Amino acid sequence: MGRGEYLIKNLKRHWMLLLMLLPALIYVIVFSYIPMTGIIMAFKKYQYNGGIYFSPWNGLNNFKALFISGKLLQVTRNTLLYNIAFIFFGVVFEMGSAILLNEIIHKMFKKTVQSLMFLPYFISWVVAGAIIYNIFNYERGVFNNIVTSLGGAPFDLYNTPGAWPFVLIFLKLWKQTGYGSVVYLAAITGMDQEMFEAASIDGASAWQKIKYLTIPSLRPTMMILVLLGIGNIFRGDFGLFYQTVKSSALLQPMTDVIDTYVFRLLIDNGNVGVSAAAGLYQSVLCFITIMICNSLVKKANPDYALY
Amino acid sequence: MSAEAISLAEGTIIEKTVISDRTKIKKKKKMSSDQLSVNIIGALLVGIFALICVIPFYLIIVASFTSENSLIRDGYPILPRLSELSLQSYALCLKNPTAILKAYGMTISVTVTGTFLAVLLATMTGYVLSRKDFPWRNQFSFFFFFTTLFNGGLVPWYLMCTRYLNFKNSIVGLILPLMFSVWNMIIAKSFMAGIPAEISESAKIDGANDITIFAKLILPLSKPLIATLSLFSALAYWNDWYNCMLFVTNEDMFTLQYYLQRILGSAEAMRIVAEKSGIALPSIPLEGMKMAMTIIATGPIVLLYPFVQRYFVKGLTIGAVKG
Repeated sequence: MGRGEYLIKNLKRHWMLLLMLLPALIYVIVFSYIPMTGIIMAFKKYQYNGGIYFSPWNGLNNFKALFISGKLLQVTRNTLLYNIAFIFFGVVFEMGSAILLNEIIHKMFKKTVQSLMFLPYFISWVVAGAIIYNIFNYERGVFNNIVTSLGGAPFDLYNTPGAWPFVLIFLKLWKQTGYGSVVYLAAITGMDQEMFEAASIDGASAWQKIKYLTIPSLRPTMMILVLLGIGNIFRGDFGLFYQTVKSSALLQPMTDVIDTYVFRLLIDNGNVGVSAAAGLYQSVLCFITIMICNSLVKKANPDYALY
Repeated sequence: MSAEAISLAEGTIIEKTVISDRTKIKKKKKMSSDQLSVNIIGALLVGIFALICVIPFYLIIVASFTSENSLIRDGYPILPRLSELSLQSYALCLKNPTAILKAYGMTISVTVTGTFLAVLLATMTGYVLSRKDFPWRNQFSFFFFFTTLFNGGLVPWYLMCTRYLNFKNSIVGLILPLMFSVWNMIIAKSFMAGIPAEISESAKIDGANDITIFAKLILPLSKPLIATLSLFSALAYWNDWYNCMLFVTNEDMFTLQYYLQRILGSAEAMRIVAEKSGIALPSIPLEGMKMAMTIIATGPIVLLYPFVQRYFVKGLTIGAVKG
């Protein structure tokens, strides 16, 4: 049977499956693949009438403007460092709380704790911004109320750029840990329970079981989550930074990430070309990173690779 | 014969309970010192973390029920100030309820429509890609997955939405951008790959077509998955302010979160203007209103959690893209 015949036979047999696939295909073509061709905007001088495809070429001027602005290094550094912290502490907190939750025998307590930990995942970054305001507002915030009632000097977060990494990392962990721990917890419940029983019979202590059984068995889950994080290591969590920091210029050296920078260029400044150049720079960085990391992981252990 | 089967089943059940009782007794006896220490340390650590997770909500609720005078004079409360308890902030939020009701209506209709479409799209696509007899499933999987590895960035996407798809001030612009997520599709695919392939195969032999198999057989078996995906999608839609900020300028179409964002921002702006111009602050309870509005905007979605919680761990199986 020839290749063509085989294809037609398969098309005939599976046309309904293809039909079911069609909406999602159209979706990614319209919202992902066609916009991918729009990266040419980075090399164009945007004119409203010309749109994406008929605006005049601009060479590398957009990139020149981007590098001259001097901001690029700063936002790249911030994005990278924040994400490294998010990935590292994310793994520690999520895996840690999943393991501890699993050890807790008291069912009611376990369930309650888990539900409470999940609560922050349910709110929007707007609400998270309101929470930060409630706690750290200079005149009325809860934090300063406590500090001054203990005789300390009030602390102005919005004038202290250096404190923001701590606040933002904490906020991210606060919002994400409950969800992340469920992913690990699902992996733990899927483990072979006989393995643990056998270890107990052999006299392994609870700590030894965690160290030598639970943690190693969670490695595949961890690798997937870390690789996913690395794939987005040059993408800032826009909501986190935008809704908490707002548009304070004073704080930008410590809090500006590529995404907020691209957004400001496009929406506030209307600088389409330079913004597109920054976006392309970001996408290429992300793509290269994940390609390299995935192939390294694949070499070390194909089971852990993402694709 | 059936009676026999029942008695047999009963027998095994009884046996099982006996065994589990025994192991329980064993466990209680065997709760050694190290196990106890793991339990105590674990309970303490996660307990503290859980407290940290709830305290901010508690603070906002307490502040929303405190009178504006007290908020201005003494700041946001840590413990409820019983003499200053007041519904003033809520009354002010609801004094002119049309804006809030409109925002609620908008958010609810976007959330319901969007969640329905998103779950349908994710499960349908996931099902096709989970069918082992579908010859191009790996190619298509990668076609979808690639969009998470590389994208054109914000600008081309934004121009696509505003210039070519006309999302400005349209409800479509609030629904479509969140309708398909490759991650939800992968979750659906991993879950459905766990449903025995024989179900699809035998139904096919009986003459059912793929859409019927999906709708009548596969979906009813996928309740945990549907619950999980519905929760994710509903959260994404309910908490969306980004698309509203990008596409909507018409105040009648503001979603709740964007409305809250504006309140938080404009209340602050009004105060700054008042302070700078030296005009006495208007007696509008701005501080309390922000907190009350935060509660109003968060409300219903949190109530959704208990209903889907029991499906959660089952529905959430993450797998790699391959295979």
